[in-house]
Amino acid sequence: MNISKIIKELLLLLFSLVFLSPVYIMVVNSFKNRQELYENVMALPEQFSLQYYIDAMDKMNFLTALGNSLFITITSVIFIVALSSMTAWMLARTDNKLSKFIFMTFIATMLIPFQTLMMPLMQFMDTISSTLNIQMLNTRGGLIYMHIGFNAGMAVFLYHGFVRSTVPISLEEAATIDGCSKLGLFWKIVFPILKPITVTVIILNVIAIWNDFLLPSLTLTDTALRTIPLSTFYFFGEFTIQWNMAMAGLTLTVIPVVIFYVFAQKHIIKGIGEGAVK
Amino acid sequence: MANKMTKGWFALFTVPLLVIFVTVVIIPFLMGIYYSFFDWDGIGANPMVFVGLENYTQLFSDQRFLDSAWLTVKFTILALISVNILGITFALLVTSALRTVNAARAMLFMPNLIGGLILGYIWQFIFTDAFKIIGESTGFGGVFFNWLLDPDYALYALVFVFTWQMAGYMMIIYIAGIQGISNEIIEAAKIDGASYWQKLRKITLPLLMPSITISMFLTLSFAFKIYDVNLSLTGGGPINSTELFALHIYNEIFGYGNYGFGQAKAVIFFIVVAVVTLTQVYITKKREVEM
Repeated sequence: MNISKIIKELLLLLFSLVFLSPVYIMVVNSFKNRQELYENVMALPEQFSLQYYIDAMDKMNFLTALGNSLFITITSVIFIVALSSMTAWMLARTDNKLSKFIFMTFIATMLIPFQTLMMPLMQFMDTISSTLNIQMLNTRGGLIYMHIGFNAGMAVFLYHGFVRSTVPISLEEAATIDGCSKLGLFWKIVFPILKPITVTVIILNVIAIWNDFLLPSLTLTDTALRTIPLSTFYFFGEFTIQWNMAMAGLTLTVIPVVIFYVFAQKHIIKGIGEGAVK
Repeated sequence: MANKMTKGWFALFTVPLLVIFVTVVIIPFLMGIYYSFFDWDGIGANPMVFVGLENYTQLFSDQRFLDSAWLTVKFTILALISVNILGITFALLVTSALRTVNAARAMLFMPNLIGGLILGYIWQFIFTDAFKIIGESTGFGGVFFNWLLDPDYALYALVFVFTWQMAGYMMIIYIAGIQGISNEIIEAAKIDGASYWQKLRKITLPLLMPSITISMFLTLSFAFKIYDVNLSLTGGGPINSTELFALHIYNEIFGYGNYGFGQAKAVIFFIVVAVVTLTQVYITKKREVEM
């Protein structure tokens, strides 16, 4: 290995680190006191005080928000995977006008931006709540229900394409002859084959739902129900900004994302690529 | 009998999702079009007054709306250029034969995973305080000042942060494109004595055109729909100078309480997004046929 190559290697690393410097600035300033922060924002902290983290956790209700975010994201994703894969498989395996129409509707509605739906959606959910007496607004269940609806189109689209191109129909026919019911056939034979695309669907939806702000901000009004983006928003709105505490709060919100990234990096990059190109 | 069974299975597999989908997407969409023909302040006790197409005709004399539309176009064009130039550059860097490319790739992609809202707050601190302090201590006050207080620079700040968020995402798409280029062509060019820039300009970039098309349209649709970063970084300020389309619609409906008028804007928003996306699909499909 020659010198110029080593220099190039180091330059690339340095470049990437400079690109991530906002993350560095966030983390180092979360430990500094006010005076230290204004002396030099780029410097490492002189002492590691966790005080601002303790304050931020308390003011943001961080653990509650983390719990809400985890519960809402995981539950939504489980339902999206189960319902979308079933629907997509059935639509791909029935060749009639109705299934074509349903599939086309799923795809076409992917074009609708959330802003076009948000106001009427809130009105309609309010109507459901008052007429059927099912609380759709200001409940975790209602939010999960809406997440499923909004993300179904993309998931059905991805599963449909995968079933058409990869799942061998002969295998399904063999299982049917062996007396497998449709439900057993799907869950025992088809669903395991769908695994690669399931990983993609999970990744894309975890990222989208975890980071979603606008939908939960419209549906959840109760402080105890806030997700991480919501509690961050109110944290910044309610207090005059003390930057060191604010940076501690932001660092807290980034930690779960980094953990997820470390464990699923390969899948994330692959999933993003697949989701984008289709 | 068999037919009935099939229908039963079909219903069992599809109806649960369809019910959710119809109540969350289809019905609100149709209601949205209906609301856009009314004048209403969103309060249930107050009457909804049918005004026909008036909300739509009024749009063109609404200066705030026109300003916001123009800002969104300006933002989108700037973002298209910066995100894609940086995305291609990153992709070229991390597809070289170096050993650190995997680490670099992971780091360059990372900002994309942090939610737009949180990312906006991080940068709010950098622009308001870190920039000020850096400017004072280094003497480069011409660059390092609080961008968010200046109406022009606030929009550039938004482009800057959006680029930081999206460049890694587009990098992923470009990497796939670069890896798809056959080594033989590159080797042949090398043997013919082509320089790095010649190879880039004459071979890599032309062969990357499909990836460029995809990335351009993706950036276009993400930029056009930007909301979270807009809200947390500038909140539309100073003095509405960065109130982009999505935020504008939100403010019109929930801020000013113009439910009907705001919904008409939302319908227009949908039409623009749909036209852009359909154009993309059309171009991509056409290219696939040609190739």
